[in-house]
Amino acid sequence: MPVSVRIPSPLMKLTKNQGEVSAEGKDIREVLSDMERQYPGIKERLYDEDGSLRRFINIYKNEEDIRFLNGESTHVQDGDEISIIPAIAGGILLSKNL
Amino acid sequence: MSDLDFSEEQIHRYARHIILPNVGGKGQKRLLESKVLIIGAGGLGSPAAYYLAAAGIGTIGIIDFDEVDISNLQRQILYNTADIGRAKVDSAKDTIVSLNPDVKVECYKEKLTSKNIKEIIEGYDIILDGTDNFPTRYLINDACIILNKINVHGSIFRFEGQLTVFKPKEGPCYRCLYPEPPPPGMVPSCQEAGVLGVLPGIIGTLQAIEALKLILKIGRPLIGSLLLYDSLKTEFRQMRLRRDTKCPVCSENPTITELIDYEEFCGVRV
Ligand SMILES: [Zn+2]
Repeated sequence: MPVSVRIPSPLMKLTKNQGEVSAEGKDIREVLSDMERQYPGIKERLYDEDGSLRRFINIYKNEEDIRFLNGESTHVQDGDEISIIPAIAGGILLSKNL
Repeated sequence: MSDLDFSEEQIHRYARHIILPNVGGKGQKRLLESKVLIIGAGGLGSPAAYYLAAAGIGTIGIIDFDEVDISNLQRQILYNTADIGRAKVDSAKDTIVSLNPDVKVECYKEKLTSKNIKEIIEGYDIILDGTDNFPTRYLINDACIILNKINVHGSIFRFEGQLTVFKPKEGPCYRCLYPEPPPPGMVPSCQEAGVLGVLPGIIGTLQAIEALKLILKIGRPLIGSLLLYDSLKTEFRQMRLRRDTKCPVCSENPTITELIDYEEFCGVRV
């Protein structure tokens, strides 16, 4: 099931400057794995060393934060829009190697 | 409220408010009696302070320890070329008072820390966060929760902006959204990050209008909702924000009860 994934500008270098990409999967975990397959390196930006999603990056399915749904097991279907929304502070961003 | 409370000049100055349904003379009086603190007189704080002054906010506090630099002028509209090198708070005060002498400007040329923040924000009705770094944002959030202050939050990065209102008890706080700041290693120096000139004007004026709505108690403030603006796509989106029952600061059993000075990890101030 293809879903569209919105990429924030700090991560767009990894997606060849695309702000919106398509990925497959039946839940958020699978979608993010498919993202890593297509755009290697993105997973490292989203997950910490323990394999959990970083605390200053939120993932939304449509308008809802997946932390208040089923987390990474949140089911997705055709037409859903997934958004990756990092904390931004002003002049600063939060991903290394830009 | 009778119009007699206004001077002749004020009746003309605020005429467009006074004739406006849901604002009127009563609303204008309320604005003149309100106190808004602008934290950071930069890209966001400049337009916010300037418009709030025009609208007749009675007391505007401005905290910023910086001086005006030529690279600020691309977006920080409170300052002129002649102000380069002056303290931002002094220059901001001059700009505001020459726009509207009704406004009392309180200047704080200092760095916000766990030591001084409570004392500074205590006297204000609304706190407008226009800072450029994570440590201060977390400090402001936590202090606003502890002192029960409304925090109008705006942030920008390159071509994108974020806006929301954190109202203690009624909605989530910054830590419900992002429990902890990113570790210093994840953040490159400030100088690397650019910002499109007009973008802070969009987000800063949205912060100002949220402040007006909150003071006037009109409309629906942006509580529990995160507004995302993408200038390149000309797109506004809204995400739902929820209170985290395990929030370290605003939940029933907070684990953070004292203010934290996080390590400053941006540019020269390390
Ligand atoms: Zn909270």
